[in-house]
Amino acid sequence: MKKLTKSDHLKIYSYMLKIRRFEERSSQLYGMGHIGGFCHLYIGQEAVVVGVLMTIKKNDSVVTTYRDHGHMIARGLEPKKIMSELTGRVDGYSSGKGGSMHMFSKKNNFYGGHGIVGAQVPIGTGIAFTHKYNGDKNICRTYIGDGAMNNGQVFEAFNLAALWNLPVLYIIENNKYGMGTAVDRAAAGSDLYKRGEAFGIKGEIVNGMNVYSVIKAAEKAGEYVRSGKGPYILEVQTYRYRGHSMSDPAKYRTKTELEQYKSSDPIAIVKEEIIKKKVASKNELEKLDKEIIEEIKSAANFALESQFPNKEELYTDVYL
Amino acid sequence: MNIEILMPALSPTMTEGNLTKWFVSEGQKVKPGDVIAEIETDKATMEVEAVDEGFIKKLFYKEGDNNIPVNKPIALISDQIGEKIKEKNKTIIGTKSKDKKELEQTEVSEKENSKLGQDQITMRQAIRDTIAEEMRKDRKVFILGEEVAEYQGAYKVTQGLLEEFGEKRVIDTPISEQGFTGLAVGAAFKGLIPIVEFMTFNFSMQAIDQIINSAAKTLYMSGGQINCPIVFRGPNGAAAQVAAQHSQDFSSWYSHVPGLKVVAPSTSLNAKGLLRSAIRDPNPVIFLENEILYGLKGENSSEDFTIPFGKANIAKEGSDTTIVTYSIMLHKSLQAAEILKNEYNLNVEVIDLQSLRPLDSETIVNSVKKTNRIVTVEESWPFASVGSEVVNIVQKEAFDYLDAPIIKVNSADVPMPYSSELEKLYLPQIDDIVNAVKEVNYI
Repeated sequence: MKKLTKSDHLKIYSYMLKIRRFEERSSQLYGMGHIGGFCHLYIGQEAVVVGVLMTIKKNDSVVTTYRDHGHMIARGLEPKKIMSELTGRVDGYSSGKGGSMHMFSKKNNFYGGHGIVGAQVPIGTGIAFTHKYNGDKNICRTYIGDGAMNNGQVFEAFNLAALWNLPVLYIIENNKYGMGTAVDRAAAGSDLYKRGEAFGIKGEIVNGMNVYSVIKAAEKAGEYVRSGKGPYILEVQTYRYRGHSMSDPAKYRTKTELEQYKSSDPIAIVKEEIIKKKVASKNELEKLDKEIIEEIKSAANFALESQFPNKEELYTDVYL
Repeated sequence: MNIEILMPALSPTMTEGNLTKWFVSEGQKVKPGDVIAEIETDKATMEVEAVDEGFIKKLFYKEGDNNIPVNKPIALISDQIGEKIKEKNKTIIGTKSKDKKELEQTEVSEKENSKLGQDQITMRQAIRDTIAEEMRKDRKVFILGEEVAEYQGAYKVTQGLLEEFGEKRVIDTPISEQGFTGLAVGAAFKGLIPIVEFMTFNFSMQAIDQIINSAAKTLYMSGGQINCPIVFRGPNGAAAQVAAQHSQDFSSWYSHVPGLKVVAPSTSLNAKGLLRSAIRDPNPVIFLENEILYGLKGENSSEDFTIPFGKANIAKEGSDTTIVTYSIMLHKSLQAAEILKNEYNLNVEVIDLQSLRPLDSETIVNSVKKTNRIVTVEESWPFASVGSEVVNIVQKEAFDYLDAPIIKVNSADVPMPYSSELEKLYLPQIDDIVNAVKEVNYI
């Protein structure tokens, strides 16, 4: 793993914190009725997407599931426009037509935001196919939830990716529950990444609560894929603090389990590391914390002041 | 005793074939399993074997003879060697009556073919040529699907494409519809122009989530950022006796979905124009072909023309009743129109929709305003069909012009049966169309 600079450390810390504050604010706005429908929060999983972010190149592509707010922030999308989408406003990334689960940014090579479990996996494989077809040396990172690992099209995509040697990095975010069903109650056998073995796809387990472990693994896996060796699977073990979506009280797990994960919080680990390595002082970090709170607060204000789409918008963007 | 060797059918829809090679000569002894001849169609090549023991008494065709009808005797085997000389100069002994298995649709194409001149091409060639032309023009265009490359297409539509464009752009997939459809959708999001061949549209149901939830909706969900320039094509509807799971018409399924465009060619010419528009369209297009029409020859054009979506074609002008139809049913409707003219002096106008979504309501409504009577004819099931939508448009836009209730002619509201007799009952026939037009004319 390449050595992290001071600015790398601060980037990691601020992105993780930005995602957490953003999600907390989303939760608040949901409670106030400003956000509707399904809303899936990423709190607890921040180290995964930020760890991967540290290894990504500008023209690489990313595609993910409906738990996508963190992925968009990490891909460089603006929190105020994400929040505008969550609140169904015209300044949102999809002009208010996509909502929490469906956001895209072609400019940032971010291809959604897909609501059907597993559907993003063949799609991400197709984006990787395009990178190879165009010979542009970029790769596609395709995120998969643990629940999707029991969905047939995932294995069809694995087969095609291996068969055609496509530059796709599959990142399984194993947060232990597919909605309310624990992984071991849904998936036969152990270690989800091993499901790639049948297709000759290599993979490994990564500690997703520790961003440094994620960076190390994602860097190595990214280089492997970029070098033309074909697909690779990272199974990143993580945990979501909140329920599956806003309406989920998460009664299928114990408080002790949750507290246990919270006690080794991924952001706290980074904070500790920064202070231990004297990358920044406590005061500097506190200042950064305040800046991020302000940024997210103003993103929320921006969203709430943004207009709802005009009624003409109903009929636009059906066909190009 | 003489045994006739008949021209075999190599597929459910084959009507004729070519004799490429004899492996035996007259007078030669054969036993069961001996290869007698090689037969070829535009789809496949097969060797014919002897089933009985005997002497080849007569070969009715020579090597290189083309267009020999299925079930026509190609050779005669005798169990007695002496007979061969006596029979030598006799011509073909009584051709068998047309096999029951051959459906009315195949007769449609045969009849059409015989009517037309020399510089015609089949719809199969028209589709193939158009794909090749578009691939030559734009390297972003590629084709993938089951058996499209080395096998040359399950229905030989992609014949020769692998040779010209190579395996990077003509791609054999595993039997993995959801996977390769989703992959193609992802490639289209990223800027390529995939042509996805479904071996038949029946298998598109394995992939329908990717077609509807991903291809059709993403432009809208992304606020106009990410379009999906992709063509889903392949044979749709009934072939011949392939039963319930392989004989379904998907026209109204896909036409129901905003974000998709749906077209159904009926001739070689409109297949070219519509496919060109489909490949050049920045949106997902469902291109519904028909297996029985693949061999139908029709007018050709080497011009680079397109047919815009949402424009119907008035295939035959008339003043007494409007028939609205598409795909294979156009040909049955035209035959019905001829009967109606000759036997009932009714001058029927036949509209070939060509494009199902968008639908050309203007042409339909204008026609009804002229004829005051309308019948819809389609192969699909009756419930919520494209014809049902036509009925809705007409009752709303031309209510006061109607002199009779509208009649829809559809297939039976049951799964497709296997037996040829039941299959014939299931599918709309020329008589059904004639009767429907008579009914709206109170005859």
